[in-house]
Amino acid sequence: MASIRKIARRTFLFGAAAVAGGAVFGYWYYKRPYPNPLEDSLAEGEATFNPYVKIASDNTITVIAPRAEMGQGISTTLAAFVAEELDVTLDKVTVEHGPASYAYFNAAMLSESAPFNFFDDSAIAETVRSAIGMVGKVLAVQGTGGSASTRDGFDKMRQAGAATRILLVQAAAAKFKVPARELTTDNGSIVHKPSDRSVTYGEVALDAGKLPPPGEVTLKDKSAWKLLGKSQPRVDMLDKVTGAPIFGIDVQLPDMLYGTVRMSPVFGAKPVKADLSKAKKMPGVVKIVPLETTYGSGFGVIADNTWAAFKAAEAIEVEWEKPVNPPDSAGLMQIIADAAAAGDGSVMRDDGDVDVAFADAPRDRMVEAEYRVPYLSHAPMEPMNCTAQLKDGALTVWAPNQAPTIVRWLCADLVGVPQDKTTVHTTSMGGAFGRRGEIDYSLYATLLAKEAEGRPVKVTWTREEDTRHDCYRPASIAKMQARLADDGMPVAVDMRIAGQSLIDSLVGRIFPGQSGLGPDKTITDGSHDQPYTIPNYRVTGIKVPLTIPVSFWRSVGASQNGFFHESFMDEIAAAGKVDPVEMRRKLMKDFPTALAVINKVAEMSNWGEALPAGKAKGVAFTLAFGSWCGQVIQVADTPAGIKLEKMWIAVDVGTALDPSIIEAQLFSGAIYGLSAAMGQEITFKDGMVEQSNFHDYDALRIHQSPAFEVAVLENYHKMGGVGEVGTPPAAPALANAVFALTGKRIRSLPLSKEVAFA
Amino acid sequence: MGIPMRLTVNGQAIDLEADPEMPLLWALRDLAGIMGPKFGCGIAACGACTVLIDGQPVRSCSLPVGSAAGEITTIEGISTNGELHPVQQAWLEEQVSQCGYCQAGQIMSAVALIEEIPEPTDEDIDNAMGGNLCRCGTYPRIRTAIKKAAQLKLARA
Repeated sequence: MASIRKIARRTFLFGAAAVAGGAVFGYWYYKRPYPNPLEDSLAEGEATFNPYVKIASDNTITVIAPRAEMGQGISTTLAAFVAEELDVTLDKVTVEHGPASYAYFNAAMLSESAPFNFFDDSAIAETVRSAIGMVGKVLAVQGTGGSASTRDGFDKMRQAGAATRILLVQAAAAKFKVPARELTTDNGSIVHKPSDRSVTYGEVALDAGKLPPPGEVTLKDKSAWKLLGKSQPRVDMLDKVTGAPIFGIDVQLPDMLYGTVRMSPVFGAKPVKADLSKAKKMPGVVKIVPLETTYGSGFGVIADNTWAAFKAAEAIEVEWEKPVNPPDSAGLMQIIADAAAAGDGSVMRDDGDVDVAFADAPRDRMVEAEYRVPYLSHAPMEPMNCTAQLKDGALTVWAPNQAPTIVRWLCADLVGVPQDKTTVHTTSMGGAFGRRGEIDYSLYATLLAKEAEGRPVKVTWTREEDTRHDCYRPASIAKMQARLADDGMPVAVDMRIAGQSLIDSLVGRIFPGQSGLGPDKTITDGSHDQPYTIPNYRVTGIKVPLTIPVSFWRSVGASQNGFFHESFMDEIAAAGKVDPVEMRRKLMKDFPTALAVINKVAEMSNWGEALPAGKAKGVAFTLAFGSWCGQVIQVADTPAGIKLEKMWIAVDVGTALDPSIIEAQLFSGAIYGLSAAMGQEITFKDGMVEQSNFHDYDALRIHQSPAFEVAVLENYHKMGGVGEVGTPPAAPALANAVFALTGKRIRSLPLSKEVAFA
Repeated sequence: MGIPMRLTVNGQAIDLEADPEMPLLWALRDLAGIMGPKFGCGIAACGACTVLIDGQPVRSCSLPVGSAAGEITTIEGISTNGELHPVQQAWLEEQVSQCGYCQAGQIMSAVALIEEIPEPTDEDIDNAMGGNLCRCGTYPRIRTAIKKAAQLKLARA
């Protein structure tokens, strides 16, 4: 794996440069160091102006939206950045994901991992820098995640549109022999009013493509926006209502074979003995091969069709090694609990002097609690799959993935093909939620392609394989303490949060042999960085040395910390006999954006109104991914169980680019969080995941879904993300509502272990 | 072992050679190249594979192709003469889909629902759509779109 490590070092340099470059040099930095990948594949009559725009003589305008479309609507908003400045409506453009290329690195995703609170310019933890560097190695270059795509694309893609428009106007000026300043653009045409002449973009595209890039680009003022800030019809909607074959699993190629995998259900374990004879004799089976990667060991099956591959994989008789981790959930959780109680950790927030504040605290002014969350699977609707072909020394991979440049390196490296002979096609994704930032399914398809004598192989996992071979949201335990003042308000809080480091886990899979990582702030994200002022406020993250594969799960650290922090705030409010909204108003007084969000969601939900018996509300707030999100949920006691009636969401995203997409992402994120809070857990027995499919790892169904009302605010001066911010407050809002309804404080998820839901 | 069989899909006869135990879903996708029905779970728990057989919603992942008698309709077969089905039109207008993967199954269940109940109530929607899982949580807009589709369909009739 030496070559991978070499690449990793180089990538880190790209990543570090990318962040600095993004801030200092803007568009021209992005343009210069990386070749425009579109230049290699221009068709006759096509011109390209930068990595984001191609225009053909027949007026086809192609915009590259180089972020993975996994449902969040990113292709629409990114295309709107270019279209806004190019002065065309979205129905005039064709949107493509484009090739894997360094030109499309995601600088915002990387800088999101910097050790700064979103609202704070000063470093709070110098020590996390080593972890950041490793995040850079893994996540720099082209990736989709961290709710960062619009923040990353906002300037550079608008500048790409504006620069293209300038060149088209210059070409038209030369054609008409008039000064450029006399020309205007109008939805794909360039108009010279004095002489009543006009020309389409396509007619001057080839000439414009030969001009040098403009030196200066001025962007439209927000008040002049025609597309941005207004809900756009999604560019992928027609395909999705007509069943178009756009997903990875829909790839069809001439002469294609089909496959699946049967990987070790015990993480890190290899086969002790295996009998393939029965499986090899199954109808339709072409070949069964052992697979060995940093993700695990097992077998791949190549067959005539997917079902034959599934049947043969099931027929493989194999005994696996014993687990290196404790074999069951009780043992795993005990190790996490021990770490939370006594392990050494990294202090991620340390305001005032917590030890002094607690030293003389009377028992009746103390609140103490332990909170727990389980491992979780991502469970996107489309199971893991990838198609690969290795022919004539070239590798082609069709992968529904969130990190195409990493897929390209690692797959190329695995079969010894140079990267410049490796092509990655990023398809639409049937959900991802972080799961498709992993490379396992692409590696397996690549290994099977090596055995397929030049034919393409589409490798599809069963749902069972997907559920049992995820890289999970880490289980986590928080030990909380608070001291209340006489007015019931907290004067000191101490939070010790323990869980596996997902950064260490990811680095171990992608760059084996790397060690010496620093603290992982994802253990405490959502707890150490919240806009509350409490005089003595300490949050410690403790790494747990287990090796269950863990990774990014929609909203990452905030997915557990939203629950820990906001449930505990509710518990403090109850102990201090303070209304939980009123308590937050006081604690948020230094953060007007947060205060406005809480006030808005309280107003929308008519917080404080007298409710009939059998109904109750709960509130929670989380600042994550640069957006400030408050949620109130109303629940009702019914004969069938607790029913979720309505959720109100107020979110401040700084700049709202597409209200309809933001609304959809907010209730989507909330439903994702509610699904986990109500019923999801991944548990272990005999070293293996016990759950396997939607019958024992289900999610919210339509009849369980509350109604939603979403308000979008734009008070903060920095733009936030939207894809993940609806998730963190959902679990605590619900748990707090259940407390208000039943008096039962549930400190361990899923809630269904203690109460029944309708 | 494959045996010859004939399916009627979207009004067209399709001749296949398939193991009769193969689920209809995989016969449609891998053998007939009809990609609208999606694989989600393989145990009839998520509804992504929903097709209509003689108008009734069926989980094609759990029906052996050898038992699939009747007229099969997939999402590819519900638009007529280039006009979107009212359910598709309502989905488009309400901007329902996010990742889109479960949506063919959702739409097929909704098509069957408004055929059976021209003006479905919330309870009718809950009963008909509870078997269709959506991990993006598009449910609020699905509910609105089904009601709109019912009206569009009545208006077209």
